[in-house]
Amino acid sequence: MAASPDSADAGKSRGLIHWIDQRFPLTSLWKEHLAEYYAPKNFNFWYFFGSLALLVLVNQIVTGIFLTMNYKPSAAEAFGSIEYIMNDVKWGWLIRYMHTTGASAFFIVVYLHMFRALLYGSARKPRELLWIFGCVIFVLLMAEAFMGYVLPWGNMSFWGAQVITSLFGSLPVIGGTLVEWIRGDYVIADATLNRFFALHVAALPLALVFLVIAHVMALHEVGSNNPDGIEIKKLKGPDGHPLDGIPFHPYYTVKDIVGVAGFLLLFCGVIFFEPNFGGLFLEAANYVPANPLQTPPDITPVWYFTPYYAMLRAVPSFAGTQVWGVIVMGSAVVVLFFVPWLDRSPVKSIRYKGPIYKIALALFVMAFVTLGICGMHPPAGIYPLLARVGTAAYFAFFLLMPWYTKIDSVKPVPERVTGHA
Amino acid sequence: MDDQVDHSRRRLLTAATVGTGAIGVAFAAAPFLASWNPSARAMALGAPVEVDASKLDPGQMLKVAWRGQPVYVVRRTKEVVEHLGDHNDMLLDPNSDNSLQPAYIKASGAARARNPEYWVGLGVCTHLGCAPLGAFKPSDEFQLAGVDLGKGWPGGFYCPCHGSKYDASGRVFKGMPAPKNLTVPSYSFSKDAVIVVGVDDAAESA
Repeated sequence: MAASPDSADAGKSRGLIHWIDQRFPLTSLWKEHLAEYYAPKNFNFWYFFGSLALLVLVNQIVTGIFLTMNYKPSAAEAFGSIEYIMNDVKWGWLIRYMHTTGASAFFIVVYLHMFRALLYGSARKPRELLWIFGCVIFVLLMAEAFMGYVLPWGNMSFWGAQVITSLFGSLPVIGGTLVEWIRGDYVIADATLNRFFALHVAALPLALVFLVIAHVMALHEVGSNNPDGIEIKKLKGPDGHPLDGIPFHPYYTVKDIVGVAGFLLLFCGVIFFEPNFGGLFLEAANYVPANPLQTPPDITPVWYFTPYYAMLRAVPSFAGTQVWGVIVMGSAVVVLFFVPWLDRSPVKSIRYKGPIYKIALALFVMAFVTLGICGMHPPAGIYPLLARVGTAAYFAFFLLMPWYTKIDSVKPVPERVTGHA
Repeated sequence: MDDQVDHSRRRLLTAATVGTGAIGVAFAAAPFLASWNPSARAMALGAPVEVDASKLDPGQMLKVAWRGQPVYVVRRTKEVVEHLGDHNDMLLDPNSDNSLQPAYIKASGAARARNPEYWVGLGVCTHLGCAPLGAFKPSDEFQLAGVDLGKGWPGGFYCPCHGSKYDASGRVFKGMPAPKNLTVPSYSFSKDAVIVVGVDDAAESA
């Protein structure tokens, strides 16, 4: 049996693991990514959201698989099959509410996860590619959420799809053909629903899972940032491990379990007591079947899209085309990719940045929330003006960042991570 | 050993193989991309639709589906038709120069119709494709869906999605998100008030 020289030190009880290790790098993967992945010891509340995003992804995949077992992706049957899941399938309501609430939860944790990166400079060198993978995940997540929202074939599904696919129609020259190509018909129709289903349950989840793996691999290659924004790999102990690092397992697996428990408390509270979340997570107009001849009185996307939707509406048409609003909305997402290079501050973390960045970030958060509120209301009264101010503030935060981070004052950065959490 | 390898020959062969492979992938991808175009069945469903508008009272609107899109047929009141030309200065494209319609509709001027009494057009907002609501009664203080349409509303359409306003000929007002007037499809009258949508000249069978 002694096939390899190191088989002698593998104890009798580890026989199976040893057998596997000679055929698959199980132990080395375990060590590289968990037991011997050294993470900074000063992680705080903001570091819960990466693992929570992974939890929600698993929730969406598992509940999604079970939903496809009863859902019918056709214009004639989709709405009825959702009612069937809700009323007749045993525990179908729970599985669906876990999925719908999971969609909103996904955006909550992802927005907080991204905000964390803005707080502590986590996007900056050497984590640019890690951040870019994350941005691509965000874009795919938006596509995934949009297509998932179309599947129940409620009236808001239909008209939401109408509005979003029309965005492509505003492109010059190719617009009209492109829209018909995306829809597979002259309007949103059965063909559109069917292909969105295929993308929602197969293509995009596959791409998301691959990107999440790439995101984690990039993270483990460069190492985690931390609230002090300093590189723990610079100072290593005699054992070769960072002085300020602790193994992810068991220290952070245990910490993340606390985060999971807290998250599940809130998540289950929504599922069991307020699954519609006052019309924010599931909109009233989507409890009516799709009607191509009747627009809902007020088209609003689900809350997580409203900031971008408000930007789309804030821009008036100009020179005979409304492509400008689409460009502004698209740029609002594209600009995120450039954050690692926009921030010119000599320090990463907000703890050592000056007042200008703190004010800028606070204004940005206010602008994002204001835009979100604008996107939920009809474009009348104060809202168009608010949306324009919010859009300007959103872009100012990013586009002026190279200047205001450069002139901002900074505090001295410590050698070692600081104790307070 | 290494000096026996002809590197430039190897590079050429590698490039040629990669190039051939890439062309193959492009050809193989074409059917998959083309499969997203409207199918033969979807195209067949784009046939003309006949609408009998004779039962409409003045100020009423009828919606029919043509190619799956809502087509509005409005019987306009005399009052609205008479004042169609009065608010050209408030419109983005009063002469429909940048809008979509058959030539005979553009030639009809402010009426944008073959018969000024009946207006036919797609109920698809040129902004992002929502279905505008009809508000054909001219009024000083017109309220629709909780929105004040403004003083001196001449009668027309209001899009609830993003607030675009159109007059009763589907011409968009200035400063709206919508960039164009409502599209008018090809249509013709086969009888007195029978409209055939999708055909330029239906045989008059009086």
